[in-house]
Amino acid sequence: MFEKALIGSKKYWGLVIGLLAIMGVGAIFYLQQWNYGLGITGMSRDVSWGLYIAQFTFLVGVAASAVMVVLPYYLHNYKAFGRITILGEFVAVASVIMCLVFIIADLGQPTRALNIVLYPTPNSILFWDMIVLNGYLLLNILIGWNVLASERKSVPPPAWVKPLIYISIPWAVSIHTVTAFIYAGLPGRGFWLTAIMAPRFLASAFAGGPALLILLSLIIRRFTKFDPGKEAIQNLGKIVAYAMATNVFFILLEIFTVFYSQIPEHMHHFEYIFAGLEGHGKLVPWMWTSVSLAVLSLILLVNPITRRREGILALACVIVFVSLWIEKGFALVVTGFIPSPLGRVFEYSPTIPEILITLGVWAMGFLILVVLYKIAVTVKEEIEA
Amino acid sequence: MKIDRRGFLKIGGLGILGVAVKPVIDVVSKVKLAEASAKKRVLVEKRLAMVVNLKNCKEGCTDCINACHGVHNVPDIANPKDEIKWIWTESYEKAFPDQEHRFIGGGMKGSPAILLCNHCDNPSCVRVCPTKATFKREDGIVMMDYHRCIGCRFCMAACPYGSRSFNWRDPRPFIKKINPNFPTRTKGVVEKCNFCEERLAKGLIPACVESCKNKALAFGNVEEPNSEIRGILRSNYTIRRKPGLGTGPQIYYIV
Amino acid sequence: MNNRIIIIAGLIIFLCLITFPIWYNVVGGKAAYAPELKIVSEEKQCVESTKYMRAKHMQLLNDWRNSVVREDKRTYTALDGKKYDMSLSNTCLKCHSNKADFCDKCHNYVEVTPTCWNCHVVPEGNKL
Repeated sequence: MFEKALIGSKKYWGLVIGLLAIMGVGAIFYLQQWNYGLGITGMSRDVSWGLYIAQFTFLVGVAASAVMVVLPYYLHNYKAFGRITILGEFVAVASVIMCLVFIIADLGQPTRALNIVLYPTPNSILFWDMIVLNGYLLLNILIGWNVLASERKSVPPPAWVKPLIYISIPWAVSIHTVTAFIYAGLPGRGFWLTAIMAPRFLASAFAGGPALLILLSLIIRRFTKFDPGKEAIQNLGKIVAYAMATNVFFILLEIFTVFYSQIPEHMHHFEYIFAGLEGHGKLVPWMWTSVSLAVLSLILLVNPITRRREGILALACVIVFVSLWIEKGFALVVTGFIPSPLGRVFEYSPTIPEILITLGVWAMGFLILVVLYKIAVTVKEEIEA
Repeated sequence: MKIDRRGFLKIGGLGILGVAVKPVIDVVSKVKLAEASAKKRVLVEKRLAMVVNLKNCKEGCTDCINACHGVHNVPDIANPKDEIKWIWTESYEKAFPDQEHRFIGGGMKGSPAILLCNHCDNPSCVRVCPTKATFKREDGIVMMDYHRCIGCRFCMAACPYGSRSFNWRDPRPFIKKINPNFPTRTKGVVEKCNFCEERLAKGLIPACVESCKNKALAFGNVEEPNSEIRGILRSNYTIRRKPGLGTGPQIYYIV
Repeated sequence: MNNRIIIIAGLIIFLCLITFPIWYNVVGGKAAYAPELKIVSEEKQCVESTKYMRAKHMQLLNDWRNSVVREDKRTYTALDGKKYDMSLSNTCLKCHSNKADFCDKCHNYVEVTPTCWNCHVVPEGNKL
């Protein structure tokens, strides 16, 4: 099937070359990071995780969201999603690969990365994250590829794929739960020390991922002969609406607990992102943007009149994605370190090389997605022709 | 039995997967045994700890910092973004945020407190390390294995005392005089106080304790009832940093 | 099969390229030279036999570092019963006081760059 990715229109090749170029720029700056060390990033002794780990956290959510199309189709036999399960699974493949690359990009000694496997340490959450992420990647490659290959030959998928599909459903929940545990189990980091971290991660994942899937479906319909289907897109829209509402609800729960209990160690972080602390407030405009976008997206998504219009639905999905990216793809990780355990407010902003490396990894993820989607869509076009 | 190319690749792939999974299973089974034997051992023969007498600590004095950083090749990077420190001072209020109030007396308000790794009994940094690059020794010292550290900085997020520093760049250009008897670090690893384990092995006391002219620092085995440190702990009221987190810090402060 | 000539030509070019280092050394007359190592030391023997050290010194050093750092055991008992302090900078480099002519020469020859000296300090005067 892979040959399908090697034959394409000028637009397709233009996109591929464009993404390769961005990857190239990222690679050049990564080389600089390799030689100099992580000091070329904006990270510091106080804020020791930054953009890379935040991207990883956000993308785990995007990956986990595949389950939102797989579950209704395979467990409830909801036929409309049958057309797009492959799209969800391939988004998962691309995002998990990006997650792994972001972790490697964040390591101070990337050549020693295999030490995690050579000296397995079950008490470390990072060890389990390595297992669940790689497992999820493998599951989605196996499932997506085999189901697509059978579809192409108009035969049912091999029998051994079914159990894998069932395993992949709780597995999707596990990747985001384990990723939340990385943060939620640390003493002395009041911003993260909350049992609702995993549910929050899942809610935001099930909003952000399907929002991306809607946008991708609309793009595919526009540029190819394959139509993911109006019904599927509409129902994904409902999922985004519910998940986004849940996510906002969970954040309000956090805010209640933190501000009603008045425990300074928990409160300072929220003060920092929403009002600024000791005259430092780089994140304040970002956070209020995120909040406003979240509210706006809810208005557009909950109201059936606006949600049913595909143009507005698409806009709402862009808003959801941006809002969640600010919240989870940046602020969530950085704010955990501000103020530091010693009460110091040392702000973080990513440097240009750091941003370009990040863009390079995103370009790599999109390239994988474009190639996989090219294969999937070509196969689907052939079947329908 | 007939094996075609596809079948062969599938079986081969499963085989490789099996080889990859085996060491994981081995370790999981070993850990259970280790835990079981640890529970049996109720008495520890040795538990190293330190007492800091803040009343004796003179403002502006940096003897212990100079001694430690000199002997351990700790680079002097002035930039707070990249700085590395094993032992340093912070105001009393920052060091003990739980004890902060308007009327702090006894000259403690704004006075410097010596901070270093707490060599916790229940260290959260050790719990999160994915490679056992940081681990707790039998005598309680929380050690760093710089050979094994992958630089993920999970330990820095887990340490509630800000005791860990990361080498954001090559530290060597920032070391004024390299002590040839102790290694430097390389870029990309985390470092922190090691309770002078290399000196203890030669029968010496930690460099900071040795260098303090005002006798503000004491070091010893708290499992030994007749030790000097136990005497100090008996006759003075001491506090620890953030004891409510359950990490069991082993640096005791006389205020 | 009309591409036979192209395929064979391609294969020949590939083989030439991949064996280039061998040809290059044969033509340059540098084939099969071995690095000459200098040892400046009064000691007759290293901690273990020369043969063992040549083949296994990296494993030995790995064991030493794990033993010192992770187990707090710092004394090495050699096969002949002699005891040594396990230290790269202080034990190894005390005798091999010519790192450049001993360690580096061979490491350069086999194209390996051990990372030991990123952290471990080469004693003053050991520059020969």
